[in-house]
This record gives sequence, C-alpha cells and structure tokens, in this order.
Amino acid sequence: MADIVLDKVSKRFPDGTTAVQDVDLEIADGEFVILVGPSGCGKSTTLNMIAGLEDISSGELRIGGERVNDKAPRDRDIAMVFQSYALYPNMSVRENMAFPLRLAKLDKETINQKVDEAAKVLELTALLDRKPANLSGGQRQRVAMGRAIVRQPKAFLMDEPLSNLDAKLRVQMRTVVSRLQKQLGTTTVYVTHDQTEAMTLGDRVVIMRGGAVQQVGPPQELYDHPRNLFVAGFIGSPSMNFVHAVVEDGRLRTALGDVPVGDRIRRELEAGDAPKELILGIRPEHFEDAALVDDETRRRGMEFEAPVDIVESMGSDKYVYFTVEGERASAAELEELAADTGAADFAGGGSNLVTRLSAESSAREGETRRAWFNLEKIHLFDPGSGRNLTLQEGRSAGALAD
Amino acid sequence: MSVNATPAGAQAAAEAEAPDGRHAAVPEQRSRRGSRAPLSENKRAERRLGLLLCAPAALVMVLVTAYPILYSVWLSLQRFDLRFPDERKFVGLENYVTVLTNDFWWTAFGVTALITVVTVAVELVLGMGLALIMHRTLVGRGIVRTAALIPYGIVTVVAAFSWRYAWTPGTGYLANLFDGSAPLTERASSLAIIMLAEIWKTTPFMALLLMAGLALVPEDLLKAASTDGATAWQRFTKVMLPVMKPAILVALLFRTLDAFRVFDNIFVLTNGGNETSSVSMLAYNNLIRGLNLGIGSTMSVLIFITVAIIAFVFVKLFGTAAPGSDDGERR
Repeated sequence: MADIVLDKVSKRFPDGTTAVQDVDLEIADGEFVILVGPSGCGKSTTLNMIAGLEDISSGELRIGGERVNDKAPRDRDIAMVFQSYALYPNMSVRENMAFPLRLAKLDKETINQKVDEAAKVLELTALLDRKPANLSGGQRQRVAMGRAIVRQPKAFLMDEPLSNLDAKLRVQMRTVVSRLQKQLGTTTVYVTHDQTEAMTLGDRVVIMRGGAVQQVGPPQELYDHPRNLFVAGFIGSPSMNFVHAVVEDGRLRTALGDVPVGDRIRRELEAGDAPKELILGIRPEHFEDAALVDDETRRRGMEFEAPVDIVESMGSDKYVYFTVEGERASAAELEELAADTGAADFAGGGSNLVTRLSAESSAREGETRRAWFNLEKIHLFDPGSGRNLTLQEGRSAGALAD
Repeated sequence: MSVNATPAGAQAAAEAEAPDGRHAAVPEQRSRRGSRAPLSENKRAERRLGLLLCAPAALVMVLVTAYPILYSVWLSLQRFDLRFPDERKFVGLENYVTVLTNDFWWTAFGVTALITVVTVAVELVLGMGLALIMHRTLVGRGIVRTAALIPYGIVTVVAAFSWRYAWTPGTGYLANLFDGSAPLTERASSLAIIMLAEIWKTTPFMALLLMAGLALVPEDLLKAASTDGATAWQRFTKVMLPVMKPAILVALLFRTLDAFRVFDNIFVLTNGGNETSSVSMLAYNNLIRGLNLGIGSTMSVLIFITVAIIAFVFVKLFGTAAPGSDDGERR
C-alpha cells in the first residue's frame, strides 16, 4: 500500500524523441487510476517508468514517499500484469504464482498457503497443476493477476491486461478486476487504449496525447466537462459529433442552423484574438426526435431538419445517423482521433451526425426528419488550440450561459 | 482443387438455406461442425501431394546416402584388403571383433569422446555469452555479428594450418610466446591445441543457434520476472534457459554429432601422432592409407552407430525438437 507521485516525469529516447513530457500526477493510496490514450501517447512508457523497466530521463518518481528513480524493478515492490500475460511457459500455474514468493525467499508453507488463497479468490484452484499452454485466454489472464496479488505489493501496474481477450470475456474480466481492486484496496495504475474500460474501471482517468497529460479527473467529469477537443472526442461511444461553425453577428452559422450564444461566449468571441471559426460539439444523447419533445424542453434547444441515413435500433433507444451538408469540422486533434480508430480512410463527403433518440421515434431510413438538440449541453471548441470555450472554472455551461 | 470444390460448395448451399437468425447466433460452431467432413478428404489429398513433392528429394537421399551406408555394412562383413584382393571373403562379424578388441580403436575412441565433451561444453558456455552479446548489442549490431562469425567462415583446413604455423617452433608467434617449445610434439598439449582450434572455429556456430533461441524468449517474460523480483542471474537461469531449452538441445545435438566426427584439425595439426587420432582419423588411415576396406568399413559403421546412438539419446531422452515446433508434452 502506497501512494505514487510523478513529479514532472519525462522520457526522452536516445534518438531524440520525447515519449513522455512533464507528467505530474499524484495517485493516492488505494486509488485506481487509468492511463488512457491512442497508441503512441506515452501511456505504456509512463507505466514502464513507474515499474522501473524504463529509465526516467528527468523528474522524480516517488512510491510511498520514497524516491525510486534509481531503484531496480525488484526493489520497488510493485507487481505488473502484461497484455501478453507473460506467464512462464515451463512452470505450472502454481509455480507461476509462487515464483515471486520463491524469489522473496519465503518458506514453502507460507508460499503454498498464499498461492492457495489467491487461487481461491480467482477461482484457479482446479487449474493449479496445469501448464499455461493448456489454459484459455481468460484463465491465463487470471493466473497473471494471481501472480500479481500473491505478493501483496505496494501497487499493481496493469498494461492493457484485457486487450487480448474476446469482447464478451473482456466485459466479464472488467468486473473481476474492479472487484479485486476494491477488495484488496491496492493502489493500481491501469493502462488501456479502450475508453470504455477507462470509463468503467477507474476512480480517476488520465487522458494522454503525444506524451502529455490532457486532463485528469473522474470519468463522469471528463465526459461532461472535457477541457479540450481531444478529450471530448476520445471519451464517449459513439463519440461526440463535431460540426463546423462560423461566427457571424454574434451567432454561430452551422449546418444545423444558426445557433444563438449567451453573453459569456459572446464576450469571449468579441475579443480581438478570438477565432472566427469554431467547432460545435454535441453528444449523441443530447439529440431527440422533434416530435417527441415537449414544449418545456423544446425551449432549451433548437431544431433542424436533415435526411436520415441509417437507423440502428438498440432496443432501449435508436441510433439515427443524419447526413448534414456543409464543411466538415477539422482540427489536428480530430484527425488524430480518426487515425487512431482507423476511420480516416472512409470519411466520404459531407458529415454524418450520430444521434441517440428515444426508442419511440419513428424515424425511417431515407426520409427527412426533424430533430431537436439541447443547447445547454453543447460545447464550443477553438479549432486552433482545441480549448473548450464553454468551460468555466472546469464546468461546462453550454452555449447560452450568461 | 476441382475435386474438393464439390462437397464444399454443397455445404455452402446447405448453410445458405438455414434460417438466418440461428446463423448469426452461432457462427463459430457452425463453421467448425460444417467443415469437418470435407476436411478429411482435403487432408488425404494434401498428404498425397506432400508425399509426391517429397519423393524426388527422398529418392536422391536414398541414392547418395542409403546406398553407401548399406555398401559399407556389406564391406564390413568381408575380409577385403586391396593389397591382397584375392583373399576377399565373407567373414561375418570377425572384423567387428578385431576392431573392438584393439587398443588403437579404444584409444582413438577415448580421444574422440574427450574432444567431443570438452569442446561442446566450452562452446556452449562461450557460445551463450557470445549470443547474449550479439542479442543485446544496440550499436553496430551488424559489425559485431559479422566479426563473431568470421572464424566459422574460414575453411577448417586453412584455419588448422594457420594454427599449426602459429605453434611451429622458431617461426610461429604462439610457439615463440612459450620460449620456442614444440607443443604439437606432445600428447597433452597437442590435444589441448586441437580442442582450442575446434572451439575457436565452431563457437560462432553455437552462438548463432543459441541466438535463434534467445529470440524465442519474449521481452515481456523478462520484464515480468524483473518486477517479480528476479535478479539478472535469476532471470537468466529461471526464465531464459528453460524457455530456450529446445534451442539449446538442438545446438548441443548438432555440435555433438559434428565434434564426434572431428577430422580436419587433427589431420593438419598432428596427423594423428602421439596417440591423438580420432576414430575418423583411424578409419581414414585403415581405409584409404592401409587400403583395408573390410576393417576401415567396420570402423565407419561403428562411428555411424555411435552417432546414431547420440542422436537417439538427444531426441528420445532429452526431447530435442526443432525450436518452435510443438513438443508433445505441452499439448
């Protein structure tokens, strides 16, 4: 049990690339923190630096208040779980789990007792004498977790531990990991590229991009109050819709119609260096079928009409894809996100709007439909810096706020 | 292909008729169950094709190896000395009795065994070191590997001559280091020099085989071991060596078989003088120099049998298999 503090930690490789830049992070004792970001954002490098598998170029790392920059992994008392599980193929499940204890020179009886205990927690008792080659992916994953927990280390470090599992098992193991962490109360740093895992697992989520931390906070806060375009686009599935907007006469001209803005945003836009073009962000669930909105709600938003491209019925609600004309929103962050999901190559013309409507909506493919969206929930981003203009003291207040 | 296309096509048609809903629900099961029947036929055809493709190579092998081996066995059962061709006659196992009760044979056998054990052991240790260096080198990796492989690239006889000249009193630089002594004229020092030349020559080969084994050890495994608390030495002995075991066994097998047939170095360095003959040297002396085809062939057959036993022990007892191939115990 210990807290982990990263104080301006950076990693520069000999060839001059900077993988991680000035990361400041305080992880409290017993906290479950997720490092998330697209591939190459430095999340794994950060984890490896905490583990001691990579040298720290500058900055300080403290585990339990003690500076550990120059300590070998074996002296840091941390346990790591790898994406590949990294089980020793020549050892049985029992031997794998006992390995760290044997190295710590515990006596045989204690080792057996601890291994049995951990095996019970992870339901591995029946598999103790098998070799890793004879286990399924999920079982191997549990053995890897077992090897980490037997030792009761100061912290768990997990490097995409669920990424090699199939989708169904991943959801199941997610709850196992979550329960285990709560049960043991051990400080955990968990790396993933999957925003769903990040949202569901952690006490706090750290979003990284290009080696720098973008935002740190509880999942819901990141979702509701993204500090910039990258965070907004990364968190959420389906992801936030981005619409190109031009500032004109104190209003925003968009493909969805003219969007009015409140006093605060107007003041910001009237400043000398204010951007003349913006990106409007709306989450899918902040749309509704115009026919289903009552008058009270209608006043808080505005309506538009657009052809329906595709309707996906999820049972509880409907995903309706609208085609909207006009310029696509473009920014470096958005391109990076598209490249990460592999969506960059089939962008096509015009833009698509993903909306999540009530299941009662009668929207049909091919027709032109009237839809409503909530103005209190929209975000405005500066395409140059990616900054969220609607954010005030860390809270997002929508476009109409005064 | 055209023969197999029919059942597969029928299968696909049958599947297309199945109700759509169930289809989507159990795609995995369906493909497994559906493909079983035509697969066995496929497999049989594949096996037939495989045998046909192997046949030419197998035929050539039979012609160039099986025939000489059988002919040697046939010769070894005869009294056959080219100096007295008229006395040729079938004598059964008499030649074997002659050879196996002869002191020269057992001395040569002892020398060969000694050379084999010592050189392979030293090569394993040095080769492992060299492999680790080549594997870990970050700067100038190509140069390091090339430099390490140079001895293996030199023709053995040429290398042996350079060793001989180096140890020749008066002119050799190594002999001069030891006050002009003549180590190749004494048995112990001769054997030491023969082994030194062998080790110098074939360590790179060992290193190369072991490096292939090192590449089999996943980086994550070593990382896991270091976070589990293993020192560098523990990572090497408890994680790397066990994972590399198949590659190590293959390397040992190759080198043992090679070393047991040591010839060139001895031929050049001492020509078998001072009881430094290996079994191969002895067979050569009887067969080619002595023109005694019967005894010479007997020795060749005995060498063949010894080598076969070594290979058998490695494969059956130690479970040697090609690196990366499935070994039965794990499945």
